Amino acid sequence: MTRQEGATAGRRAPGELESEVLAALWAAGEPVGAGAVREQVAGDPAYTTVLTILTRLYDKGLVTRKRAGRGYLYSPVHDEAGHVAAGMRDLLEHGGDRAAVLARFVSSLPDEDEKLLEELLRDHLVDPGISEVATRVPGTRD
Amino acid sequence: MSDIGIGLCAPLMVGALLALIAPRLRDLLPPRSAAWLLVSAAVVSTGVWVAGLAMIGSTIVGQIPEVAEAGRWSPHTLAAHAPFDRPVGTACALALVACATALVVASWRRVTGLVGMWRECRDLPTTGDVTVVDDPAPAAFALPGAPGRVVVSSGMLRALARDERQALLAHERAHLRHHHHVFLLVLQICAAVNPMLRPLAKAGAFTLERWADEEAADIVGGRPLVARAIARAALAAKRPPKQTLSATSGPIPQRVTALLAPRRPARRPLVATVAVLMTACCASTALAAQDVDALFDAATSSSRPVAARHSPTAADLPETAYGTPTATWTTSAAVVPDTPIPASAVQYGHARERTSWNCATRAARNAANPSSTASGAAIMPTR
Repeated sequence: MTRQEGATAGRRAPGELESEVLAALWAAGEPVGAGAVREQVAGDPAYTTVLTILTRLYDKGLVTRKRAGRGYLYSPVHDEAGHVAAGMRDLLEHGGDRAAVLARFVSSLPDEDEKLLEELLRDHLVDPGISEVATRVPGTRD
Repeated sequence: MSDIGIGLCAPLMVGALLALIAPRLRDLLPPRSAAWLLVSAAVVSTGVWVAGLAMIGSTIVGQIPEVAEAGRWSPHTLAAHAPFDRPVGTACALALVACATALVVASWRRVTGLVGMWRECRDLPTTGDVTVVDDPAPAAFALPGAPGRVVVSSGMLRALARDERQALLAHERAHLRHHHHVFLLVLQICAAVNPMLRPLAKAGAFTLERWADEEAADIVGGRPLVARAIARAALAAKRPPKQTLSATSGPIPQRVTALLAPRRPARRPLVATVAVLMTACCASTALAAQDVDALFDAATSSSRPVAARHSPTAADLPETAYGTPTATWTTSAAVVPDTPIPASAVQYGHARERTSWNCATRAARNAANPSSTASGAAIMPTR
């Protein structure tokens, strides 16, 4: 509870910001510069902070970079063989109760739930500018 | 059924009631208190259930001559007062063995699953507390450990917008921070031991997701944002068809709508009511345990003459030896005054002929026979 304000204001634990920079890099799906990475990290961290983190990730071997103009374009190091992904997916999907103790973000979605969810997303959760939209939802707190 | 039988049934009944009403708490309370209450209810209900089975089973297992000898009580006195027939008691003893097996299997499978997942994650790029798997299929979960990790696939990261990614990470970190895997493990083990608790475990797992959702909303500063992240992640994960049936998450639309609806009130009286019910559960179990203990005490006291079986005065001894325990016995029997103890003693006589348990020790049983009838007869006048 004490961390709430700090987190929303972008003052996170150093490790957390580093994770989010790496997540943003993965989300980009193509080599991107530090400025583009910064835009993809929530909480508007300083450009130099992002640059420092990217350099640190590069030093750790988690990120590759190539020179482009005055700066670098960064991309995450890929798992070429994809063994790990396959093994993990297998455990998640066919592990049954072996994987049951892993709290997953979303479980499987039945077809009728899919339709319902699409409606919800369309009606109430339209835009990234969500906070204004949400106040119109009946029963939602202001 | 004897008074002790009723005493033993009471905790089972209260436990069953608790198991039935607890899942309803899911939608009535804020997720945090609901989760705590559901896990407590699961533990109490399972504890009471196992204790009940153990107590009923012990009155039957205690009649096995070898066990009785080791415990130094009289199997015949025990048989005369056993609250349930042999088939019922045997079923309880077997159910207890099944419970123990389920406990071991359920724990083992989850531990090996966790170890396997850690092995898979060992060489993955990790920074801070996040491990990214290069996999187009969207997936994300909290991998408990010391310290725990958030494992997320590149597909999931691509499916979400900037703020939604933050919501996802906040959600999984909430799981790790509050050790939700322990809650989940307890719920699942309880459900494995007592299948009646499956709805409760399911409701509990759902409240854990809701708890993490609400905490993520506090951190990223918007419940609709978390709702959108969940909806988008679920729809993205749906696209590659999967047969997976994970019991760990509740239905997604319910989580989304819950985040769009106002927060639930605390409802303290409801929490107090459930707490009282759980206390009643424990108290009735303790009372039943006392009854069973008294039963074994009685059997132990009356076993002294059985040990001295070869002396010619053995048949007379039970009467005196049984004197004190009978007194304690009568007080607990006061609830049901017309308890047909002699009938159960007679019943035992038939059951004993039917069963093949002690065939191997037929000689011992025959030798013990007179003292059995003697103790049965000795009780009759006191009633």
